[in-house]
Amino acid sequence: MKVLVTVKEVAEVEEDFELDGLHVAEQFLEYDLNEWDEYAVEEAVQIAEENDDVEVVSVTIGPERADETIRMALAKGVDRAIRVWDDALEDVDLLDVGAKTRLLSAVVEEEDPDIVLTGVQANDDSFGATGVSLASAIDFEWAAVVNALDLDADGGVANVRRELEGGVEELTEVDLPAVLSIQTGINEPRYASLRGIRQAQSKEIKPLSLSDLGLDASAVESQLVLTDMYEPQTESDAVYFEGEAADQAAELATVLRDAGVGAQ
Amino acid sequence: MSDVLAVAEHRRGELRDVSFELVTAGAELAGDGNLHLAIIGGDVDAFAEELSLDGVDTIHTVAEGDEFNHDVYVQAVAALYEELAPTYVLMGNTVNGLDYAPAVAESLDIPLVTDAIGLENDGGLVVTREMYASKVESTVEVDADNAAVTIRSAEWEPTEAAGEPAIEAFDFELDESRVRSRVTGFEEVGGGDVDITDADVLVSVGRGIEEEENLELVQNLADALGATLSSSRPIVDNGWLPKDRQVGQSGKVVTPKFYIAVGISGAVQHVAGMKGAENIVAINTDPDAPIFDIADYGIVGDLFDVVPELIEQFE
Ligand SMILES: Cc1cc2nc3c(=O)[nH]c(=O)nc-3n(C[C@H](O)[C@H](O)[C@H](O)COP(=O)(O)OP(=O)(O)OC[C@H]3O[C@@H](n4cnc5c(N)ncnc54)[C@H](O)[C@@H]3O)c2cc1C
Ligand SMILES: Nc1ncnc2c1ncn2[C@@H]1O[C@H](COP(=O)(O)O)[C@@H](O)[C@H]1O
Repeated sequence: MKVLVTVKEVAEVEEDFELDGLHVAEQFLEYDLNEWDEYAVEEAVQIAEENDDVEVVSVTIGPERADETIRMALAKGVDRAIRVWDDALEDVDLLDVGAKTRLLSAVVEEEDPDIVLTGVQANDDSFGATGVSLASAIDFEWAAVVNALDLDADGGVANVRRELEGGVEELTEVDLPAVLSIQTGINEPRYASLRGIRQAQSKEIKPLSLSDLGLDASAVESQLVLTDMYEPQTESDAVYFEGEAADQAAELATVLRDAGVGAQ
Repeated sequence: MSDVLAVAEHRRGELRDVSFELVTAGAELAGDGNLHLAIIGGDVDAFAEELSLDGVDTIHTVAEGDEFNHDVYVQAVAALYEELAPTYVLMGNTVNGLDYAPAVAESLDIPLVTDAIGLENDGGLVVTREMYASKVESTVEVDADNAAVTIRSAEWEPTEAAGEPAIEAFDFELDESRVRSRVTGFEEVGGGDVDITDADVLVSVGRGIEEEENLELVQNLADALGATLSSSRPIVDNGWLPKDRQVGQSGKVVTPKFYIAVGISGAVQHVAGMKGAENIVAINTDPDAPIFDIADYGIVGDLFDVVPELIEQFE
């Protein structure tokens, strides 16, 4: 059995940052493995540990810089990695779901996995859509926002819980092959062991270009055009307490006491 | 002028709020065009009556199943799209929205924009959305004639005024062979010993607390205030507090007199659970954290400095 897990390196914005046209200026960005994908990776590795002969392959659409993040996934037990990148992608401001779907579909065609795990959302552009879109494109079944997974590979089903709003969970049977978008909290992502980190150094990260995937530049033409980016106007009409921490605390304490909070 | 097809949402016998918000957003987007509203599954006739609202031109009912099933939704919306040829398909950016909207867009081969907080339609569609955990807002132009859009919950006012749309049962034949998932039940999570929805004062802790050991600090604050401890999601995901302490979209909705958010950024899914609090206090190092947008009282500062001082105030 083969599990394909999508892994995105996301950019996080520092507290103080500046915009540079349609981007956050590079010096204010920090890169990390997407929070949701950390849980997807753990889930994939657990499937491999609980079943015989499972290969876990990760796929990332991202520049060479992402290799560092990919190594983290490899150190946690992913067997090998694929990284899709191309000059044609350099100039795309916002890679839309359609374009990501076309790229990942081509990878699925090549790898022929039995199950694909994605994160619910990428924490930078937060479409929350790539997994389900991919499923539709490759004619897999799917489930979004999965917070428990019981895989019955022989029976050809995944029994999942989908986390709905307001503390309600939906129990669903999903026929395999399937794409599942994984919600945080589904498991406890492990820390990479020293041995894992060492092993990761010798695992393969295979770079693939558009032509390697049988695609051309039209595959990454985004139908969404980023036209503006700005810091949202703060709508705050909060009363701010200024000064040293002790002063701030004292002022807040007065407000609370006046409202009867904490008054014995 | 554009025709819009909006898709209502319901669960366990009740329409969800976003359905009424979709009517508002849909009518705005349609302008002089037609707003079609699809109701798929459940008691479609009762839902149609409830959704006979101002701005809706035609309601199309698809009596197929009791509950949401994404395979049914994708087929039904695609069939309606073919029949009605709307310019835009509008859906909710809910958990079920995430489960079918991307497949609708993909199968219709139209672009998808999710989690819209603003929509403008002048000759083309321009969508406002957030990026980087709400630190940045962006506008995207859709470079196509048609598009599928999901709207954020509680961004548009719900439509309440009654209207007189035509109600039509849509002639739809489900391809059963393409229904490959089955909902087998629902479960309510929770049932711990603490009911955070009952508390007058909540001290709520977020990822700013950094380590499990540090939770004691906020617990001490809660004790000093006679308050109950709740949290944002990552604290529960880490297993530091039980699930019944989680405030937010997938946790509890709370409306205490005071909600003191300590090291919580104020992500939209968190805010969904606490924006109804009477007074919101935010303690956060980042002056631009979205939590300050809805706070009544703000302290820009390090919780490890402020919280001990605050505890001292009440000892
Ligand atoms: C489908 C779905 C459902 C979700 N449901 C929920 C839900 O029910 N509830 C929920 O909470 N989230 C939910 N989320 C997650 C949500 O998107 C956010 O990831 C989460 O709310 C972030 O939690 P946080 O604010 O604690 O952490 P972060 O966003 O990481 O914020 C930490 C904050 O702490 C501040 N900080 C750091 N250090 C200090 C310090 N020393 N002193 C003071 N401040 C400090 C930082 O400035 C930052 O603002 C959901 C997400 C999805 C996709
Ligand atoms: N560039 C990318 N490379 C690899 N996986 C991605 C990429 N973008 C999105 N994904 C996957 O799709 C999920 C949802 O992303 P999104 O739809 O962009 O919010 C993420 O959690 C990833 O697992």
